[in-house]
Amino acid sequence: MPDFIADWLSSNEIFTAMTLMEYWDGLVTTVHLVFLSLVIGLIVAVPLAILRTVKNPFVSGPIWLYTYLFRGTPLLIQLYIIYYGVAQIPGIQETFWWEIFKEPLYPALLAFTLNTAAYTTEIIRGAIMSTPNGEIEAAKAYGMNWFLRMRRIILPSAARRAVQAYSNEVIFMLHASAIASIVTIVDLTGAARNIYSRFYAPFDAFIFVALIYLVLTFILVFVFRKLENHLLRHQRPANS
Amino acid sequence: MKKLLIAASCAMAMFASGAQAQDLRIAFDVPYEPFEYKDDNGELTGFEVELASAMCEELEANCEFVIQAWDGMIPGLIARKFDLIMSSMSITEERAKRVLFSDPYYITPGGWFGPESFNTDVTDLEAMKGKTVGVQRGTTMDTYVTENMHSAVSIKRYTTAEDMVLDLEGQRIDVAFVDYPVGEQTILNRDGYKEVGEPVKLGEGVGVAMRKRDAKLAKEINAALKTLKENGTYDDIMAKYFNYDIKI
Repeated sequence: MPDFIADWLSSNEIFTAMTLMEYWDGLVTTVHLVFLSLVIGLIVAVPLAILRTVKNPFVSGPIWLYTYLFRGTPLLIQLYIIYYGVAQIPGIQETFWWEIFKEPLYPALLAFTLNTAAYTTEIIRGAIMSTPNGEIEAAKAYGMNWFLRMRRIILPSAARRAVQAYSNEVIFMLHASAIASIVTIVDLTGAARNIYSRFYAPFDAFIFVALIYLVLTFILVFVFRKLENHLLRHQRPANS
Repeated sequence: MKKLLIAASCAMAMFASGAQAQDLRIAFDVPYEPFEYKDDNGELTGFEVELASAMCEELEANCEFVIQAWDGMIPGLIARKFDLIMSSMSITEERAKRVLFSDPYYITPGGWFGPESFNTDVTDLEAMKGKTVGVQRGTTMDTYVTENMHSAVSIKRYTTAEDMVLDLEGQRIDVAFVDYPVGEQTILNRDGYKEVGEPVKLGEGVGVAMRKRDAKLAKEINAALKTLKENGTYDDIMAKYFNYDIKI
């Protein structure tokens, strides 16, 4: 370790090994929570987005209502309702559901997943709707049925158009996860709040955690740029 | 000219000492039951109001009680709108930079509250192993649990007492460790909850706040408070409002 870092570590009261461990545990929790909710949310969102484009209102209507409700209300309120609301259902403590909802992690995971799935559904639906008619007509001319068309033509084409908007959603989700600390989860923000209240040092505690979020965002931006380059390589000029 | 100056300064000194002994304006922020509030007749009363009256008798001072909202307390004191604050102002380092505190005259303990079925000794770390304790983030109770019990229990920190009570009801925490009056009002008045351990006195307590320059007044007040604590007057007033000990 360079000397100046060792000096700095030994001369400050806040960033001791113990608080750095708290930040590390918070980082693990945040990544865990955000990663799981994004993966599950994406898996849920793809079929929902396809069904949302179906003309039958009995199929697309409920999905429209779901995305409207979850995009139309703050994530914080959704988390409150799921975390505190569920605990108020009479008798829930005696059922096996309570084993799941007792821990704050699962209510938070549920709220985050439902929220990101609603946004992702609309992102993918938009991309599906904007598939050029020519591509669909060409697929039909080849005699592809609806399923094959969706799998081979529409979804891959939509994925290319959705990836940029989706990268935004991923970054928003990372930042929105900061509210998990409200329901006693010690994520990155929760760790920062605990350390702040212990040392009354808002600048040190929060700027440090802001830097960690910046690094995480940088990694996400980098990964998505690689992904875009891969998916959109057919649009690059020929000799680049 | 010199004589005149001396005469003037003598007069001022007399006036000053006279004012100190006779007139004191004391500020309260109401309502904060049971410390200061207005009774059904609109009369100012409460633990601190009665203690202030007793203190004024001891000081042989004419006291006037002033109502002042909390956020203007320290500015009002410094702007000489009143001379003393006796409105449950906890002694903290931050405040001590701007005002002078007397010796503490009360301290509310932290109380342990839990469901009727909770029968574990909260001071026994072995028995408490695996239990979940709720505290308000950044309070003296938080510090106490974090420093003394973190090896045995898991600690959940809440921003508001309401959130913590909801999780106590929902059985997400086994026991709550909160400021006693808060727990008394929000937990004990529900069915099925009780105190599960002895209250613990934490922090430095509440003191009379005055201007930095009034060091002489502070000495008189400390002496008066000491007398009241020793001659039983304090205990009589405390017994009227509390069924637990807040004396320090």
